[in-house]
Amino acid sequence: MAIFIDYDLCTGCKRCEKICPYNGIEVKDGKAVVNERCTSCGVCIDTCPENAISSDVKEKEIPDFSDRKGIWVFAEQADGAIAKVTKELLGLGQLLAKDLNQEVSAVLLGNNVDHFIEELQAYGAQNVYLAQHELLSVYQTNPYTKVISEIILTNKPNIFLIGATPIGRDLAPRISMRLNLGLTADCTELSIDQEDGLLLQTRPAFGGNLMATIKTSYSRPQMATVRPGVMESKKIDTASHCEIIHVDSSLMKEDAITRVLEFVGEKKKAVSLNDAKVIVAGGRGVGSEEGLKPLFELAEALGGEVAGTRIVVEEGWLPVERQVGQTGQTVRPELYVACGISGAIQHRAGMLGSRYVIAINKDERAPIFEAADWGIVGDLHEIIPTLTHAILSRKGN
Amino acid sequence: LLERPGNTTRCEDNKRSVSRDFAMNIITLIKQVPDTTDIKTDPKTGNLIREGVESIINPDDRHAIEMAVSLKERYKGKSTVVSMGPPQAIDAISEALGMGIDEGILLTDRNFGGADTWATSFTLGKAIEKVDKYDLILCGRQAIDGDTAQIGPQVAEFLGLPQLTYVMDIEDIDDTKIIVKRALVNGYERVESPLPALITVIGQLNKPRYPRVDLLINACKENARITIWNAADLKVSVQEIGLAGSLTRVMKTFSPKIKREGEMLKGDKTEVVEQLIERLTGNHLI
Repeated sequence: MAIFIDYDLCTGCKRCEKICPYNGIEVKDGKAVVNERCTSCGVCIDTCPENAISSDVKEKEIPDFSDRKGIWVFAEQADGAIAKVTKELLGLGQLLAKDLNQEVSAVLLGNNVDHFIEELQAYGAQNVYLAQHELLSVYQTNPYTKVISEIILTNKPNIFLIGATPIGRDLAPRISMRLNLGLTADCTELSIDQEDGLLLQTRPAFGGNLMATIKTSYSRPQMATVRPGVMESKKIDTASHCEIIHVDSSLMKEDAITRVLEFVGEKKKAVSLNDAKVIVAGGRGVGSEEGLKPLFELAEALGGEVAGTRIVVEEGWLPVERQVGQTGQTVRPELYVACGISGAIQHRAGMLGSRYVIAINKDERAPIFEAADWGIVGDLHEIIPTLTHAILSRKGN
Repeated sequence: LLERPGNTTRCEDNKRSVSRDFAMNIITLIKQVPDTTDIKTDPKTGNLIREGVESIINPDDRHAIEMAVSLKERYKGKSTVVSMGPPQAIDAISEALGMGIDEGILLTDRNFGGADTWATSFTLGKAIEKVDKYDLILCGRQAIDGDTAQIGPQVAEFLGLPQLTYVMDIEDIDDTKIIVKRALVNGYERVESPLPALITVIGQLNKPRYPRVDLLINACKENARITIWNAADLKVSVQEIGLAGSLTRVMKTFSPKIKREGEMLKGDKTEVVEQLIERLTGNHLI
């Protein structure tokens, strides 16, 4: 890529020198000379009255990717099991595979992890790329990046999906820079463009105030991380044959670079808002940590979990793992009870997949009512205990 | 003098690390963002109202700045912030200098505009390569306008550095290695990494201090230690940066679909609860 001067045409008028934003072209001995500060931006070309400047810069070309086949899912493990998001992605992969007529594969890394293959197959993996090594027994950035990058280069997939978990969000950008791949973060919806067969990646943007649909035209695999909980995971009816492709990793001890000294599990029972059928959520309107008590009682009566908005977590009334919204978790329970939540778009972004929504708020103009199936204007501290009581007495009967 | 509530960090609190005699040069990557939590939508058209939205230093990045300044206070060395953005992003750099950072570098160029995370990380990486030497690069976990959390790891890969993401505590640091706590879904892990390394931090790490008025005034003067670099300074071609260098393309944007046909239940508390119970049982929810 370069800018060329035709010295027969150049009159040394200095127009190009004046317009260049980088001081990348200067007139020496009556002729324009391009220097090392030139960025090939091309501003000078149109300004030359003698048409003495030209460039070999072309529009970015899309390489031929017709040999790229297959939809891959990174098989993440958590607590000795396949992560729920991996199963969701295998389900999503099958939908995409149908449109493209390509196969769904899982990429499984670990040490002695053969026993996960059957589960991956049950959720829709037709192939499993399996790499086993001591250094892969727990997730570490560098060994995982190295092995997966090698598998991608050898096998040339079309699409690669990774769960937008702490592990996935550590791994995916690393691979994207190593292999120069476009990467879309935290997608909530994926589909195939029927015209060109490209992956349409939809994600919240601008703090959840907008949705954006993104394409990765210039690199393969088309890579995206996907939010947990935006798809339902489903076992397939009839698992077909599953091929296992063993990958010999060339890992060496030095590849670890970092060293995990210790894992400290949280003592308290892990909250899983993702699995909850009912979520009772509190916002600023609960007023205090004490004000959450009726929400816990209602959640217990309904067999659900308690969650909160960003404010509630920032105030310290609830721990961060109970936060729903753009910066928290995306949930899709059967029933979502929004108590004292005004309904900022950032919060609604995390709960709009709920099947039914109840909103209780003092302010009848609160936007949460627009996102609710049933709305009650009133004081949550009066209504929730009455509701809990009514549910418990129904159970009693 | 202003109160400085963020003057102690966890690193100092737990007394595990003692001051040693070595210089630590730290680069902190920051972004100026619109305060997206402050954005309202027009109730009639559903469009965003962008006017009057304040520009701030991305919240996670403030924690990174705080860490850089408190490390600088303990060790010798230089702290630098690097930011890519429009010319007005210099305000974010001035504020960082007000918090105690030594120097700022603003990467600004019309051709940087429209960059996706790959092109942004490439540009930041090129800028860091141009900076003398460094022991540690700090970033916020993610920016509130994009929420991608991709820049940190991509810059680390570009520079060939180890990365430690979601850092909630720095336990120990010396001239060759660092030990941190990384927040995970179900707990945390303690990890050791050689230096130089890149760290992305989360809000639990510390409490950012307020800028000091005297430092802030100096940072806004003409001779403030802020350097501005464009594409030519970084020796990059326009095909590698901004929209042209991006590997992803935004095809369309739209307002999220969030409306439901809400039914408002009316009456006193017993009446509304009765109606609600009716609907819950009708839909087999209880």
